[in-house]
Amino acid sequence: MAGNKLKTILATDCGSTTTKAILIELTDQGYRLKTRGEAPTTVEAPFEDVTKGVLNAIMEVEELSGLKILDGDQIIHPMKDDNTGVDVYVSTSSAGGGLQMMVAGVVKAMTGESAERAALGAGSIVMDVLASNDGRLPHQKIERIRQLRPDMILLSGGIDGGTVSHVVELAEILAAANPKPRLGQNYKLPVIYAGNNKAQDNIAETLGEITDLDLIENIRPVLEVENLGPARDKIHDLFMEHVMAQAPGYKKLMSWTDAPIMPTPGAVGSLIEMVARQENISVVGVDIGGATTDIFSVFQGQFNRTVSANLGMSYSVCNVLAEATLENVLRWVPIDIDEGTLTNRIGNKMIRPTTVPQSLEELIIEQAIAREALRLSFIQHKSFAVSLKGVQSQRTISDAFDQSGSGETLVDMMELDLLVGSGGVLSHAPRREQAMRMMIDAFVPEGITQLAVDSIFMMPQLGVMANIEQADMAEDARKAAVEVFEKDCLIRLGTCIAPVGKPAKSGTVILTAEFDLPGEGKQVIELKQGEIIVIPAPYEPISAKLTPSKTMSIGKDKGESHQTDIYGGTVGLIFDGRGRPFELSTEKSKRIENLNKWSKATNEYPDTELLGGA
Amino acid sequence: MAHSYTPGLKVLHETKVRKDRILPLKGDVVVEAKASVTPDDIVARTHLPGNVQMMNVGNLLNIDPTDVEAVMQKPIGSEFAKGELIAETKGLFGFFKSNVMAPIDCTLESISSITGQVVLRDAPIPVEVDAYIRGVVAEVVPEEGVIIETEAVFIQGIFGIGGESRGELVVVTDGREDELTADLIKPEHAGKVLVGGSFISLPAYKKALSMKVAGVVVGGFNYFDLEEILGYTLGVAITGSEDLVTSLVLTEGYGEIRMGSRTFDLLKRHHGKFTSINGATQIRAGVIRPEIVIPLNPDDIKGDVHAIQINEGIQAGSLVRVIRAPYFGRIGTVVSLPPELQKMESETMVRVAEIKIDDQVMVIPRANLEMVETD
Repeated sequence: MAGNKLKTILATDCGSTTTKAILIELTDQGYRLKTRGEAPTTVEAPFEDVTKGVLNAIMEVEELSGLKILDGDQIIHPMKDDNTGVDVYVSTSSAGGGLQMMVAGVVKAMTGESAERAALGAGSIVMDVLASNDGRLPHQKIERIRQLRPDMILLSGGIDGGTVSHVVELAEILAAANPKPRLGQNYKLPVIYAGNNKAQDNIAETLGEITDLDLIENIRPVLEVENLGPARDKIHDLFMEHVMAQAPGYKKLMSWTDAPIMPTPGAVGSLIEMVARQENISVVGVDIGGATTDIFSVFQGQFNRTVSANLGMSYSVCNVLAEATLENVLRWVPIDIDEGTLTNRIGNKMIRPTTVPQSLEELIIEQAIAREALRLSFIQHKSFAVSLKGVQSQRTISDAFDQSGSGETLVDMMELDLLVGSGGVLSHAPRREQAMRMMIDAFVPEGITQLAVDSIFMMPQLGVMANIEQADMAEDARKAAVEVFEKDCLIRLGTCIAPVGKPAKSGTVILTAEFDLPGEGKQVIELKQGEIIVIPAPYEPISAKLTPSKTMSIGKDKGESHQTDIYGGTVGLIFDGRGRPFELSTEKSKRIENLNKWSKATNEYPDTELLGGA
Repeated sequence: MAHSYTPGLKVLHETKVRKDRILPLKGDVVVEAKASVTPDDIVARTHLPGNVQMMNVGNLLNIDPTDVEAVMQKPIGSEFAKGELIAETKGLFGFFKSNVMAPIDCTLESISSITGQVVLRDAPIPVEVDAYIRGVVAEVVPEEGVIIETEAVFIQGIFGIGGESRGELVVVTDGREDELTADLIKPEHAGKVLVGGSFISLPAYKKALSMKVAGVVVGGFNYFDLEEILGYTLGVAITGSEDLVTSLVLTEGYGEIRMGSRTFDLLKRHHGKFTSINGATQIRAGVIRPEIVIPLNPDDIKGDVHAIQINEGIQAGSLVRVIRAPYFGRIGTVVSLPPELQKMESETMVRVAEIKIDDQVMVIPRANLEMVETD
């Protein structure tokens, strides 16, 4: 490799429906996305070989880039010359339903939750959390384990040197259920034990014969410490060795890649974690898919991921309707629509999941559902991303007024710096304003928050690149991941500025903003309660002084001015005066009037008769 | 010629249908290769391990877990009848003994000296798999099951509920646009598969249930009425395990949508034939659609089976159905497949197809088309 540099990197993501390939090249401006290709995933019959879809996606990349990458069905790597081959090939995968796990802990809210966090962080779907105190009788737990047939189980429980009997009892339940893995009848189910080290021998005795048991460090060695790293790494190893090796064609794919294949959400999570760490900011990332919605967050340096397994825009769209209720979906729709017709339409989207909205009405309905799916997923995330439970903390008298006890959510919307959205409904929204509005309405950011979307959903591939461990390529690959993420992946939408405080009378000024717009000089705006103002502005630092009214705050004390740099973007600066907490009017005509007013202010939808326009 | 891969539902007047009839666990196959079978014939059987009950004998007898094995009346692997003595302490001078009885007929599977738990297992649960369709055993998978093969009419629906069912096919509506109303369902329809046109209402379907109709095949049904039948809101389309007398197969979707003419005509042609249907639907990767299989009599087999190419996509001249509003349910012919992206009313940029519907050419996203696969 000339100059010890990686020149070209090829990365694929094998999703459950499409396989996406991206080609990254080293240019004069650093690493940039050269092109992308996609093809249907081929894990299922009649192909039953994931590499076919991978090759098809790469062929599209070849056609578009003019680079020769394939020699028959082999990827040429490392590069032979400037037009032949790539330096590195890596891949992620969520095909075949991704990684499905069951976790167990002695106390549901303590070791059970730590185990769940470890499994989610590694990119798996947690099918169930078993715990000694989960209220189910042993035979009910056994029945559940048999029924679910997970890909692997993470068993934890107890602090090091603590009581042995509870965690052994859980192991006995597992042994009695004797679960069979989902894929492949002829191998033993992988079980990871990450509990009380004193119980390791007993666990080995109970489960050693009938499962493929791995004993690793305790995820909760003492109550005050959570040690998720070893469990996450072991899950990744086993994902490769067992689960992936059973899926059709993966043995071949594994032989092609220069780094281990990662579960897709694990790769996205590690990228978000890296960005938060590098810039020392709080980040929330969301990926809303057809079947599931993943949320990742980093607050106070702590990473959390949740997956709402049945909140999505196609396969699970009816479940959003069921959980959110029709009334909550309809509150975002500024048109009159028959409820029976609407539910049938949504039902038809579920059974024909690949369709796209042709009419504006269909688009509005779809984006209304997306708001609810995102809102519900975020509620789940907030209740899961909490500080460790069961930790005793010493308090001084000054803490009496600022109680942040154990088990409280880490998610603080005022502290949030960056909100990143991805997934079809956000990345492919016809207007970027729509993506921004959906995220603001669903996440309700407070204070000053930057928003961005993933342009073409390449976070998984960048995530796996950032995780390459081979010494000779790790540094370049990580650099490439960060540069492409910044320049080609993230589309900066702008900043949402939302004062928080007691709702004022409609029309009262709640914030005054003074800022210097590049090329336009000093501007002053007054934001009134109930309105949204959009100021087009580029993505560069804009010096601003934000002064909330006496009852409002913008991150500091009530009424206190805040001098800071804010950033615009494709949409610009959105001043959101709808109040926090934000509630829509329950009066139908008022609600529709407001929705249309905000829609117009943000240039969200075309001005048509449907929305009372021209 | 421009060409686009588009999923479609099969409506085939004659095809070779192969059905895997496999046990959930290894067991015995009870038919031989080349044997003729009828839908009710058992082809394989096995026993699932019985349910498990755990009892903490240590706690129940108030003894140390390490002492549990010593107080057990029989060794691991022994059988106990319900109410039989499992464990008993020695007591004090033979008095004040504590004991534990077997809660069920069971086998003692294990004893833990750490927790004091004993594991008792129920008797095995017998499981049988039947042939589901009339046909011939094409292949025997030793210890696992068989593959049944038959020449048949094969129609896929879009969504269904209820599992496998069978019975004589009875077309009860005159046309494909007619609703299958409650008054058309009669007591003599018990055990039969009824075919309607565009729609069945909740009260009519309930009547079919009460009359023990084996199955209903119609164009549409209301999504919001499913809740009353299933007892829960259907959030993801994974069905088939519902315990319903009457399996329901929708050929078009939710709402009132007339049945495709080819589907309706084909069903009508086989009125009175014995039919197997399955409402099981799974709309995820590895999609499973509900199905209607009508095995053909030797005289009906014409041998003009066309193998449908799985990769065959739509092209000019293909017959397609629109599967999303605003033209939902309309059937037309592809005029052309322009390669460039086009902007829709929603401003979404998509690949489109020009479709001729009732002499009018309309531009529709390719993703909103379904190929009508016929032979």
